[in-house]
Amino acid sequence: MSSLVDDAARRLWSNSGTMCAMFVVFGIVALALFGPWLNPNGAETLDWLHVASKPALQNAHWFGTDRLGRDLFVRTLEGTRVSLAVGLVASAVSLLVGIAYGAVSGYLGGRTDHLMMRLIEILSGLPLIFFVIFLTVIFGRNEYLLFLSIGAVGWLTMARIVRGQTLSVRQKEFIEAAVASGAGTARIIVRHVIPNVVGPIVVYATLTIPQIIMLESFLSFLGLGIQEPGASLGTLIAEGAGEMEAAPWMLLVPGGFLAALLLALNVLGDGLRDALDVKEG
Amino acid sequence: MQTLLSIEDLSVSFARPNRNISAVRQVSLAVTARECLGIVGESGSGKTQVFMAAMGLLAANAAADGSVRFESEELLRAASKELNRIRGSKLTMVFQDPMTSLTPHLKIGTQLAEVLVCHRGTSWSEARIAARRMLERVRVPEAQRRLSQYPHELSGGLRQRVMIGMSLMCEPLLVIADEPTTALDVTVQAQIIALLRAMREETNMALVLISHDLAVVAGLADRILVMYAGRIVESAAAAELLRHARHPYTAELLKCIPSLSGPLLERLPTLSGQPPRPGESLAGCAFAPRCPRAAERCRVERPLLEAADTAPVGTAPGGEAGSGNANGARRVACHFPLTP
Repeated sequence: MSSLVDDAARRLWSNSGTMCAMFVVFGIVALALFGPWLNPNGAETLDWLHVASKPALQNAHWFGTDRLGRDLFVRTLEGTRVSLAVGLVASAVSLLVGIAYGAVSGYLGGRTDHLMMRLIEILSGLPLIFFVIFLTVIFGRNEYLLFLSIGAVGWLTMARIVRGQTLSVRQKEFIEAAVASGAGTARIIVRHVIPNVVGPIVVYATLTIPQIIMLESFLSFLGLGIQEPGASLGTLIAEGAGEMEAAPWMLLVPGGFLAALLLALNVLGDGLRDALDVKEG
Repeated sequence: MQTLLSIEDLSVSFARPNRNISAVRQVSLAVTARECLGIVGESGSGKTQVFMAAMGLLAANAAADGSVRFESEELLRAASKELNRIRGSKLTMVFQDPMTSLTPHLKIGTQLAEVLVCHRGTSWSEARIAARRMLERVRVPEAQRRLSQYPHELSGGLRQRVMIGMSLMCEPLLVIADEPTTALDVTVQAQIIALLRAMREETNMALVLISHDLAVVAGLADRILVMYAGRIVESAAAAELLRHARHPYTAELLKCIPSLSGPLLERLPTLSGQPPRPGESLAGCAFAPRCPRAAERCRVERPLLEAADTAPVGTAPGGEAGSGNANGARRVACHFPLTP
C-alpha cells in the first residue's frame, strides 16, 4: 500500500496544474494559521477611526474594515481557519462513516444492503435544520456539535456513492479470485474493494469540503453555527452581502478567499484522481 | 489411491424470475490425489459450475444440492470461515482470464505474499521471499523486478503464470484450472500447458483441467470427463477416450479437431445443431436431437451413466479399474454406444 502512495505522489508531482492548486490550498491554510500575526490589528478590536473603510496600506487595514471597524484581513483569515476546520473535520467524519457503511452495504448485498439503504433514506428524509436545532436544544450551542451534526448528515451521500462503486467492483473477477483464495469478507472489503473505489471517493471528498463549508455558513447565517464575535467565511459573506453597495470589499474579500479555496480544492481533487488511477500511469 | 475431492449427486440450479434453470444435473465424480482430471464440454454444459459449487463461488441466485467433500469435509454446506481455511491453501483455483483476476492496485509481490500471510500467518518479509521464489518456479523472467510491478505492466501469459504461482503458494493438494488458456493466444497457450505439466511433476498436486478444447485437455489429463447439458456423458482414461470414443457426442467432438496430417478439408467439420437451451426440460437424452445414432428410445428414456466394457486394447490404462475404483473405469451414458 505504501508503494501505491509513493507512485501516486510521483504522478502528482509531475502534474503542474495540481501542484499549483496544492500551492494555493497550502498558501491559504498557512495564511489562515499564521496570517493574523502579520497584522497589528486583533480580530475583535474595534477601530472607531476607520469604520467601514476601504482597503488601504497606510492604516494597516490591508483589506479594509467592517461596519464596526474590525480589521477584515484578520477576520477573514480567522474565518477561513474556522471554515477549514469545520470542512475538514466534518468531511473526515463523513468520509470514515460513509466509506465503511457504503462498502459493507454494497459488498454484502441482499437483505443487509436493503436494510442499510432504507436507513439512509430515512436519515436523509430528516430535515437538517430541524435536526441541528434539536441537537442545539439538547446539548447547548457549541462548535463541536456543529462538526458532529454536519458530519452526521454529510456521510449519507458518501455512503451511497461508495455503495454504488462497490456494487460494480464486487462483480469483478479479482474479487472472485480473492474469495477463491480464502480471503475473509473483512479483508476483501478493506484490501480489495475500498482501494478500488478510492478515485470517486477522493473526488467526492474534495467536493464535500466546499459543500460543508457552504452548509456551515448557511447554518451560521441562521444563527445556529458560528456566533459573533467569532467568524467563518460564511458569516463574513452574509455580512458583506448586506453592505454590498456601500462597501463591496466586505463581500469581495471573504468571497474571493472562498472562491480561491474551492477552485483550488476542486483542481486538487481532479489531480489526485489522476494520480491514484494506476491504469493511466 | 486416496480420494481428494468427491462430488456426489451434485445439482446446481439458478433461480430466475419465472423459472428455475438447472445448470448441473446429478453429477458425481471423484478426484484422486496427484491425478489430472480433464473436464470437457461446450459453453453452458455446466463444467465450470460444478467446481464453482465446490469452491463456494456460486452466484447469489444459485442453489446447489448433493454433496461435495474435500478430504472428507463437506464443502457445500460449510460456513465461509471453514471454506476460507481450505480454499486458497489446500484447494485452489486458476481462473480463465488473467487480465482481470489480479487486483489492479496491488503489486504482484504483495498479492502473492498475501496468500501466505493470510493462510499461514507468515511474516510479510518471509512471504515476499517465498513470492520471489515462486515467480522463479513458474518461469517468470526477472522475478525480483516483477515483484514490484502492477498487474497491468505484465503480459497476459505472465499474468497467468502469476495466477498459477499464486494458486501454488500454499502447496495445494488440488488445483482447479478453469479454462486457464482460453484467454491467451495459441503460442502462450502451449507455454502455459507446459508449465502446468512441469508443476504437476514438481509438486504433489492433483489438477482438474476444465476446457472446451479437447486438444488442451488431451495433452495433460490422465482421465477425461465429457459433459453435455449439465450431465457427464462419458468418462474414461484419456488415451482410451481419445482413441475410441464410446459416446456419439465425444466422437463428434473428436472429429472436430482439425488434423495436420489428414487430407486438406475445405470446411472444418462442426457439430450440427445447438445444445439444449438452459431450462429446457429433457425427457430423453439431451444429445438426441443432434445425434446421428439417435433412435426413438433416446427421445423418451434418458440413458444412465453406466460402466461400458473397456476397449480390447491391451495398453489401455483403464485396466486399473479392476482395483474396485470406479475412477479409471470407462463409463458412458448412451443407449447405443459406439463400439470400438
